[in-house]
Amino acid sequence: MVQTAASITAKARGRRKKRLSAIWLQFLGSMNLAISLLVVVAIASVIGTVLPQNQPYIDYLVQFGPFWFEVFRLLNLYDVYSAAWFLFILGFLILSTGVCVSRHMPAMWREVTRYRTHVREQSLLALSQHQRWQAEADTDTAAAVATGALQGHGYRIRTEQRGDSLIIGGMQGRSMRLGYILTHVAVVVIAIGGLVDGNLPLKLMEMRGDVRIERENLPLSRVPSESWIAPETGAFQGSVNIPEGSNSGVVFLQLRDGYLVQELPFEIVVEQFRIEHYPNGMPSSYESDLVIHDPDLAEPIRQTISVNHPLTHRGHTIYQASFGDGGTRMEITGRLLDGTGAEVPISGRIFEDLNLELGAMERTLELDDFQLLNIQRDTRAVTRTGARSEFVNSGPSFNYTLRDEAGQARYYHTYMAPVRVEDQWYYLHGMRMDEGEPFRYLHIPIDDRSSMNFFMEFHQALHDRNRVDAASQRAADTLLTQMGVANPQLVSQVARTADEMIRYLLNGGFGAVEAHLESRVQGAANAPMLREFSQAVLQRTLFEIYLEMLADRRGVTPAALQVEDPDRRFFEDAMNAVSGVAEYGAPLILQLDHFEYRQATGLMITRSPGKGIVYTGSALLIIGIFLLFYVSHRRVWAMITPKPDGTTDVLMGGVNQRRPEQFEEEFASLTRSMDQHLGSVSQKSKD
Amino acid sequence: MAVSRDQIIRDMRQPSYWQRLSWKDWLWAAVMVVATAVTLIVLWDAMNYYEVVITAITGATMMWMGWYWAASKIYMSAVCLISLFAISRYPELAAAEADFFLRYIGSSQSAIMWMSALFPAATLAYGAGLLTGNAFASKVGTALTWTGAGAGLIGLLVRWHETHLYEGGIGYIPVSNLYEVFVLFALMTALIYLYYEGVHRTRTMGFWVLLIISASVGFLLWYHFDRGAYQIEPLVPALNSYWMKIHVPTNFVGYGCFAIAAMLGVAYLIRARVADDSPWAARLPTLKQIDDVSYRAIALGFAFFTVATVLGALWAAEAWGAYWSWDPKESWALIVWLNYAAWLHLRFTKGLRGKVMAWWAIIGLFVTTFAFLGVNMFLSGLHSYGEL
Ligand code: HEM
Repeated sequence: MVQTAASITAKARGRRKKRLSAIWLQFLGSMNLAISLLVVVAIASVIGTVLPQNQPYIDYLVQFGPFWFEVFRLLNLYDVYSAAWFLFILGFLILSTGVCVSRHMPAMWREVTRYRTHVREQSLLALSQHQRWQAEADTDTAAAVATGALQGHGYRIRTEQRGDSLIIGGMQGRSMRLGYILTHVAVVVIAIGGLVDGNLPLKLMEMRGDVRIERENLPLSRVPSESWIAPETGAFQGSVNIPEGSNSGVVFLQLRDGYLVQELPFEIVVEQFRIEHYPNGMPSSYESDLVIHDPDLAEPIRQTISVNHPLTHRGHTIYQASFGDGGTRMEITGRLLDGTGAEVPISGRIFEDLNLELGAMERTLELDDFQLLNIQRDTRAVTRTGARSEFVNSGPSFNYTLRDEAGQARYYHTYMAPVRVEDQWYYLHGMRMDEGEPFRYLHIPIDDRSSMNFFMEFHQALHDRNRVDAASQRAADTLLTQMGVANPQLVSQVARTADEMIRYLLNGGFGAVEAHLESRVQGAANAPMLREFSQAVLQRTLFEIYLEMLADRRGVTPAALQVEDPDRRFFEDAMNAVSGVAEYGAPLILQLDHFEYRQATGLMITRSPGKGIVYTGSALLIIGIFLLFYVSHRRVWAMITPKPDGTTDVLMGGVNQRRPEQFEEEFASLTRSMDQHLGSVSQKSKD
Repeated sequence: MAVSRDQIIRDMRQPSYWQRLSWKDWLWAAVMVVATAVTLIVLWDAMNYYEVVITAITGATMMWMGWYWAASKIYMSAVCLISLFAISRYPELAAAEADFFLRYIGSSQSAIMWMSALFPAATLAYGAGLLTGNAFASKVGTALTWTGAGAGLIGLLVRWHETHLYEGGIGYIPVSNLYEVFVLFALMTALIYLYYEGVHRTRTMGFWVLLIISASVGFLLWYHFDRGAYQIEPLVPALNSYWMKIHVPTNFVGYGCFAIAAMLGVAYLIRARVADDSPWAARLPTLKQIDDVSYRAIALGFAFFTVATVLGALWAAEAWGAYWSWDPKESWALIVWLNYAAWLHLRFTKGLRGKVMAWWAIIGLFVTTFAFLGVNMFLSGLHSYGEL
């Protein structure tokens, strides 16, 4: 038969094909590949730890600039661990491990099931551990001794007659090979479980266009239906904030630069959220009382969850993850700072935006956050011996933002009650221009009724022209008299400067007064003295007003007034606060009168159907590794051959690939046992 | 021969594990059973189900440790007795200052300071042994290492009691912050080393291992004096879990083993440059010893690290809602794990030995150190507990 060229090439191709697939298998199951892959996965994992993952895209854009932002985005570096290339290497590792196990499996099986009783004398002599006896016993006895020695040392044996010789094959520690299989199968099992719980299915749904990530912050009812995922479709990890007394049947899955809405097969009602505290005020536990309404259940489930104590229902696990305000209702009094002393009642909830009509002005008030407790280390606790430290609670406070007509915002933080600062009590009103900055606090001193009223009246009085005039007259008079200059014209001139300075003070604080003085005394010969005098006048004027008000408040005449140290202290603080108010940048000051606290609990809800697989894999892995490391597979053979002279030749040899040093001892013990029963009648030879 | 086959087999039966235990071992077991029972009875009301289980496992582990490693019986007994004595003198925290014994020896601060002095002293002693070849100096090194490891463990145990005395009894096992785990690292590494020293009957490895322990003591002291890290602080709720009690110590067996392997890698590279007939050769461990101990340390470390990572996953599942979230700490645990898996494959299945493996073990320690320290310092994530 003549072979055509075509058929030859077809055959050759077939052979090459077969060889190719064999090469592929060889390659996939090779140790070099395994080691390289282990190292590559390790290095790839580094990227995801160096670059914070799954941040809002805008953050990356700011950090890297438009060019690199785009490059990194294409490489999927913002979510490395679900990037296609990362999953590909991981998949490769799993494939390689799988191929490796399946290729080694038959050999391993042979290793554990076969006793290799077909060994030859030469191969036993080639083992580094072997021993030979010339025993004056019959074959049966020698065999019994060898069997006894091996079984006594815990070996399982098989006996086989081969030609003249009786061969006893013994082995121990077979489970080490099982360890290899368990370890490597476990890697594959864990990976499969991981895939089930990973976001690969979601990615596929997205690629098929079944779901679309929503990027805008919409109320739930307006989220389009293609961004919803039906209950019990796959694994997810989502979160939701639920205010006390409210309920939710969905969670939000944060994905790249947007989110999806995952429906739950039940409703969660949050009855209460609590923070438990250590005696020193630090939080010790966060707890939520939940009620689960499931249509499949006759009775709702009631359970309290806390950090480290989640609730699992229908394959969904509900965790205490975070907390926040749930819309605390607040009654606030706004006091205008324009000298009218007008009060504006405000009432609203946290997260509400309110419009304030303040005479000619308009402001938007955004109620941002509320804190029930403000616990700080007490800085006055000087004796901090060892572990003892002290804490103080400064009571409730709230955050808000005020926006002017142009949308320009300032951020405020105000305490409800006075706070103790270095032995004095103040109402603290924090302000910052930028959210990244720390707050700068306006310290308003409290009066004898622990309120801000007296300060507010004082501040208001500074806007009263007549009152300021009269006070500045008195101040000028007093000062000039003290200096021994009695000149009515000078008095009214000085009084006018005092008036002017107070207006600067109200509008720009002491800084503005300084600047104004500086420009006025510029060039004058006695500038420092003039400046000092002007400051004295301003201070005296303010003090005159204060004295008058204080006398009024106490129901005595100014002359009969006793000014004590605390009064002076109040005055000092009030002057600083008046200056502070000028920089405060708000047309009104808010005072919280009353609140109804309402918190929200932050729940994380997960569903991971692959969890059982992963845990099983982990258990296999641990068992496998310990077997692999701490059991060693060893074999011993005894070859018993009768000699023509009536003696019996006994050759024993053994091997332990893993721990040869350890095996040396065991083999010595075996031969000692043999010696005892064959020894007196045998002649030993090591070779 | 009139001996029956069965008779021979019976005669040659090796004593089983249980039969090989001496009366000392059984006495030890009895002491452990009683101690565990007393602990359970005294603290019954204060413990939850898991803590009872953990206590029982601890008792069993100590029993087994005593059997497996005879020297550890003395160590465990001494540590327990001294700790109990220290605790008995603690009606309240202030006693740490007032009581003479506590102030100079038994309070956690003092004990940890003793540890911080003893380990560097042991390093010097081993170093002297290395330089002069004086066997006595190395013996002193061993004694100092045992004492240092004892002081460290006493420090932690007493601190555990102190946390319960702290305002309102915040009580937690002291393996919850960097300061405490550094103590744990130093003493764990020392103990694992002492075990191998006993097995190989050589003190030539001591200097190298003690170097890394002293380095960690140096960090500990800086942390103590510069940052006041020794202060007992209440636990953040996420750490308040029984998983922590087993996850962290398990992890540190791993870290300790990897540290030992890396230092032996250094010793290997040095020994490989020394001629066999030089006097230094006798004062350094043999290449075979290093090779064997490195392998055993990495195998032990890898096994424990695997268990620790799985425990961490179980804990994460309970605390954060996902057994694996690719948090930086988790990712770095995986990196460390993969790195040593690669090492084991190279060494075991490719049969690669020598300098490459020594270098790999040294680099492995840098990777491990980053996972242990670097992640906390440079990367943010769930492990920084910024959330709650
Ligand atoms: C993530 C992947 C893997 C892990 C975690 C892993 C883990 C291990 C461990 C811990 C050992 C024990 C080493 C020792 O005894 O010192 C081992 C041994 C071994 N591994 Fe892997 N392995 C992986 C992948 C692979 C792959 C892909 C192969 C195939 C080339 C492979 C082949 C082997 C072999 C042949 C042994 C020796 C078994 C024996 O006879 O004792 N491994 N592996």
